[in-house]
Amino acid sequence: MWSLKKSVWVFHVNTGACNNCDIEIVNCLTPRYDIERFGIKLVGSPRHADALLVTGVVTRQAAPRLIDVYRQTPKPCVVFPIGACACDTGIFRGGYHVVGPVDKIIREEDPNAIIAFVPGCPPKPEAMISGVVKALSAI
Amino acid sequence: MGAVFEGKGKEMSSSLTILFWILVVPGTIILGLVVSWIVRKVSALVQWRVGPPLFQPLYDILKLMGKEILIPQDANRTVFLMAPLVGLVGVLLLSLMLWRVLVSPTETAFIGDIIVAIYLMVLPSLALILGGSASASPHASVGTAREMKLVMGYELPLVLAFIVIIIKTAGFVGQEQQLSLYAISQHVPVLSISGMLSFLIALLCIQAKLGFVPFDIAEAETELGSGVLMEYSGALLALWKLTHAVMLVALPLFLMTVFLGGYGGVHLAGVWKFVAILLLLIFIGGRLLANRSKFMDVLALLSFIVVCILAGLGKYVLILVLLILIKNTNPRLRIDQALKFFWVYCGIAMVAAVILASLGYYYDINWL
Repeated sequence: MWSLKKSVWVFHVNTGACNNCDIEIVNCLTPRYDIERFGIKLVGSPRHADALLVTGVVTRQAAPRLIDVYRQTPKPCVVFPIGACACDTGIFRGGYHVVGPVDKIIREEDPNAIIAFVPGCPPKPEAMISGVVKALSAI
Repeated sequence: MGAVFEGKGKEMSSSLTILFWILVVPGTIILGLVVSWIVRKVSALVQWRVGPPLFQPLYDILKLMGKEILIPQDANRTVFLMAPLVGLVGVLLLSLMLWRVLVSPTETAFIGDIIVAIYLMVLPSLALILGGSASASPHASVGTAREMKLVMGYELPLVLAFIVIIIKTAGFVGQEQQLSLYAISQHVPVLSISGMLSFLIALLCIQAKLGFVPFDIAEAETELGSGVLMEYSGALLALWKLTHAVMLVALPLFLMTVFLGGYGGVHLAGVWKFVAILLLLIFIGGRLLANRSKFMDVLALLSFIVVCILAGLGKYVLILVLLILIKNTNPRLRIDQALKFFWVYCGIAMVAAVILASLGYYYDINWL
């Protein structure tokens, strides 16, 4: 889909993050980075979204909600695990409350989901923008 | 109206006229997309950002058209699917009426069309309420409740503002003519105290109708997600976006027709003759003086059209920039604050304006 690359609306899902990645996501919207230049927009409902920005290890409580949100997102959509925790659970690996990482939970629901990782603790806004661009040019 | 303009209008071939009326609906939609880009770009510039490229609204619509449509399990399917169509059709009809008044008033306008236009203006908000309440989402229900209260709030001062203009127009035209948009667009009510007051308040009501920031209570991104549009996805969401885009064309155009004297061809009668003479002096010089009369006619028509387009564009941009600046310099109101604002403050101001306009009509004082 050609026009999907020109207009990506993202929805932000926090599945138990420490808030650091969330702050960096909001940082992308500031005049310094201004991702609206590329047509990227933060929306308030998963029904409007083309991409899910998932932050945090997926906790036991958050996993069913993450699946709900993924099912509520109209396809085609891309899932971006943002930060070290979301990518491979980071320092929380093996914790009693951790069922993640994100890609495992999403794959359980939809084996063919498009998932693009943006590692870092937290990832820089530049890294997120480059991740979105790379993922969309691969579609 | 210049005799030149009407004479040439009759000579214009009917196929061209038909072509214009076929193209006017897609044209309005494209214009709406351009205007919604202007809104986003100016907002970005106010916030010291670069902002989206020109084709961004078009990309958004194309992308949404290609996405999956999800309908919530508990939603009322028929109403959920029909609501965006009702909204889009209502606002397109409104824009069509305004184009008729602005482009070929003598043939197609009718007495009482301002009443029809006021009704058509409510349709998008009504469709939004229907769609939101049919989508079986708690966020959408809260948004719908707020939208309903907001509609009740701003309709009172808005209709009073139009009543002021109808009273003011009655002083100029014959019996019952004051109810036709064409008669209203022949003078400039904003050049009087009551007209100015009702223009300012109608501008704020339009702000609420468009869901722009001090009155974006029904959408309230930070607390309700996206409120009434919460459950809409894919092509249905694209229809809502198109509705909003066309509203951005139709509502300022309506304000312009009612308060600012349309595209201003009449009041600028002196100006267009001046421009015609200027063009004559600049472009033809002495060589074409032999068949001057015919050439003068064409030039006068051309300059008349150019002046009309420039004046109309200027007034439209004025209203649009006012709306965008209000949008970018205000925080969101609570619903009770908005209701109090519209009913108490705007209501009292509009009653005062109605009294002033009636006094002005009774004693024949135009500036009241």
